[in-house]
Amino acid sequence: MEAYLDNSATTRVTDTVRDVVVRTMTEDFGNPSSKHRKGVEAERYLRDARETIAKTLKVSEKEIYFTSGGTESDNWAILGAAAANRRAGMHVITSAVEHAAVLMPMRYLEEQGYRVTILPVDAKGRISLDDLADAICEETILVSIMYVNNEIGTIEPVAEAGALIKKKNPNTLFHVDAVQAYGKYPIYPKRMGIDLLSVSGHKLHGPKGSGFLYVGEKVKLHPLILGGGQQKGMRSGTDNVPGAAGLAQAAADAFATLEQDHAQLLALKERLMNGLSDLPDVVIHSQAGEAGAAHIVSAAFVGVRSEVLLHALEERGIYVSAGSACSSNKKTPVSGVLKEMHLPKEQLESTLRFSFSRFTAEEEIDYCLDALRELLPMLRRFTRR
Amino acid sequence: MFKTFLIKYGEIAIKGKNRHLFEEALVKQIRRALSKVDGAFSVTREQGRIYVDCESDYDYDEVVEALQRVFGIVGFCPVMKVEDSGLENLGNDVIHFLSEVYETHNQTFKVMTRRAKKSYPIDSMEVNAELGGRILDAFPKMQVDVHNPELLIHVEIREKIYIYSKVIPGPGGMPVGTSGRAMLLLSGGIDSPVAGYMIGKRGVVIDAVYFHAPPYTSDRAKQKVVDLAQIVARYTGPIRLHVVNFTEIQLYIYEKCPHDELTIIMRRYMMRIAERFAALDGSMALITGESVGQVASQTIQSLAATNEVCDLPVFRPLIGFDKQEIVEVAKKIDTFETSILPFEDCCTIFVAKHPVTKPNRKVIQRSELKLQEKIDEMVETAVETAETIRVE
Repeated sequence: MEAYLDNSATTRVTDTVRDVVVRTMTEDFGNPSSKHRKGVEAERYLRDARETIAKTLKVSEKEIYFTSGGTESDNWAILGAAAANRRAGMHVITSAVEHAAVLMPMRYLEEQGYRVTILPVDAKGRISLDDLADAICEETILVSIMYVNNEIGTIEPVAEAGALIKKKNPNTLFHVDAVQAYGKYPIYPKRMGIDLLSVSGHKLHGPKGSGFLYVGEKVKLHPLILGGGQQKGMRSGTDNVPGAAGLAQAAADAFATLEQDHAQLLALKERLMNGLSDLPDVVIHSQAGEAGAAHIVSAAFVGVRSEVLLHALEERGIYVSAGSACSSNKKTPVSGVLKEMHLPKEQLESTLRFSFSRFTAEEEIDYCLDALRELLPMLRRFTRR
Repeated sequence: MFKTFLIKYGEIAIKGKNRHLFEEALVKQIRRALSKVDGAFSVTREQGRIYVDCESDYDYDEVVEALQRVFGIVGFCPVMKVEDSGLENLGNDVIHFLSEVYETHNQTFKVMTRRAKKSYPIDSMEVNAELGGRILDAFPKMQVDVHNPELLIHVEIREKIYIYSKVIPGPGGMPVGTSGRAMLLLSGGIDSPVAGYMIGKRGVVIDAVYFHAPPYTSDRAKQKVVDLAQIVARYTGPIRLHVVNFTEIQLYIYEKCPHDELTIIMRRYMMRIAERFAALDGSMALITGESVGQVASQTIQSLAATNEVCDLPVFRPLIGFDKQEIVEVAKKIDTFETSILPFEDCCTIFVAKHPVTKPNRKVIQRSELKLQEKIDEMVETAVETAETIRVE
């Protein structure tokens, strides 16, 4: 049996998505910039895709720009907004637990002379709204907060933050990295005070190399990628029609069954968390129920190094992630959320992340729990003394 | 303009009656190296020389790179080959050669003619003088220096005439295949690939054994070792890489033996298993990347303790090297970047905080008695279940 429990790393492309990607690569393969019929045909896919996505967010299709994925969207939102609003102020705010695609551009801004405030998080990985309120000032041009944390599934108080930001300084832009949230939760930028929203296609069964950035109509943003003037000159480069069409199909599929999928994911999470809490020396970092994302469970298996457990599970066809950025890639200067939560070292070294999709079956969870029950005592017998 | 390379080999030329064996091995290795390069090449032996003739279009840099990896080549010269059409034309050819190969023409030089075709009407000394004069006329800033010239311009008169001056250094050593076969204990570290390279350079065919410890070491760690073997194989030719699953043995030692002796006992079993593969492959020695005093398992006492379980000689070409010296070679042969990728290898996973540095052999032997019950069977299983990958 196989259990793919690493859906926050990437997901399998569904058949419906594959079909539209193949069609736009082999049959309707035109370049939307071409003047002839082939180009017009291709442009229709792009237009439809934009419309489909705009509907899911209840925004105008003019506010959707296709990108190469989450990293580009985050980079563009932050660097583009900082450059365009430089004269209004040079202060930006983010949280300590953001993805590197946010933290690294922030670091770059710092090198460019911007003042960067990094909000700390509590033991659950959440920012404090009071901290945020204190940080916002006249010069604040941008706040960037993630929706769902990628490592432990913490849901940040995005709507409250949006309202607060607009109250404190109506000129401050609000960027939300929704890479782990889009397609899992209804997100309405207009109601939540969100000006910029990053999404990646391959986290919701779309193709890799696809994504979009929502840019509110009145938002001042500089383009990062210059060239042939595609997408109103805001994001040049030949339109990635298969990526856009695939992403839109994936979004349509995800939103069609959002509610029942959510209930199913919550049940899976509960099943896994219950199983884990019966095991000795397991510390669950993620929040139960609606307080945490429904598709991510992070837990420490004290006494077993995460990498060893990961490979032991892999031998049984179970695929998960090592939970902490500090163990999976020592060279990354950006520390992970676990470290920011000030967990003891023994937990940092032994954390795994399990993440589901709407295609995850209960049997996969049970199979994984059975494997853990067997492996943990065995692996704990042999540890570095 | 270069259609031919003249191969220079130093050491093997002095090997007396075995000389032809060495030359044949070198020709074979050159052919192997060039088989990876686009183009048609013929490699021939002729009157104590080896020539590579390029029979189609080829990329000069690729050929140079390939030849620089063939052990046994001391240096090689890109040769301009011209028809024999009289001394007047030969002078033109030499001037053409100099203007193509060198940007400036203010060096001291000497012409060295070799007349292999004895029917050539004038002798070498006269050719030297004539060509020297022509060069001086064409490039007034060049000067003759017969004792210590900056440019040594070779003119070889054969069926055709060969003109060359530049010598590109080769790696030296002996052609692989002239000194038997040995088994390298290959880890993912910096040292062992360098050790394999160095013994390969002495003409030895290399095979390798790697100890894999899933789930403690990952498939990426294994891939890294395959990648390293592949880089070493660019020099040594195909390597049979035996991947041994070592987990059971390691855990068994961990359970039964004192923890501070774990590494040394583990190393002893690695040697024993490597020797088993050596017997299977016809290897006559083992190779390790050990260097005196580098880590606890590489003190003289530890080396003696691992050595005593082997019947075969153990080559440790890095034994007197500092880490920095090893790193330099690793960078030169291009294994360094791969070696430093951060994957755990089986030697480090259970390592004690304070391993023994001066193991007493009697004590170690006594500890190993505790393994009696199952260890032979486990070694047998490890050998039988090993995966052999042909790397080239």
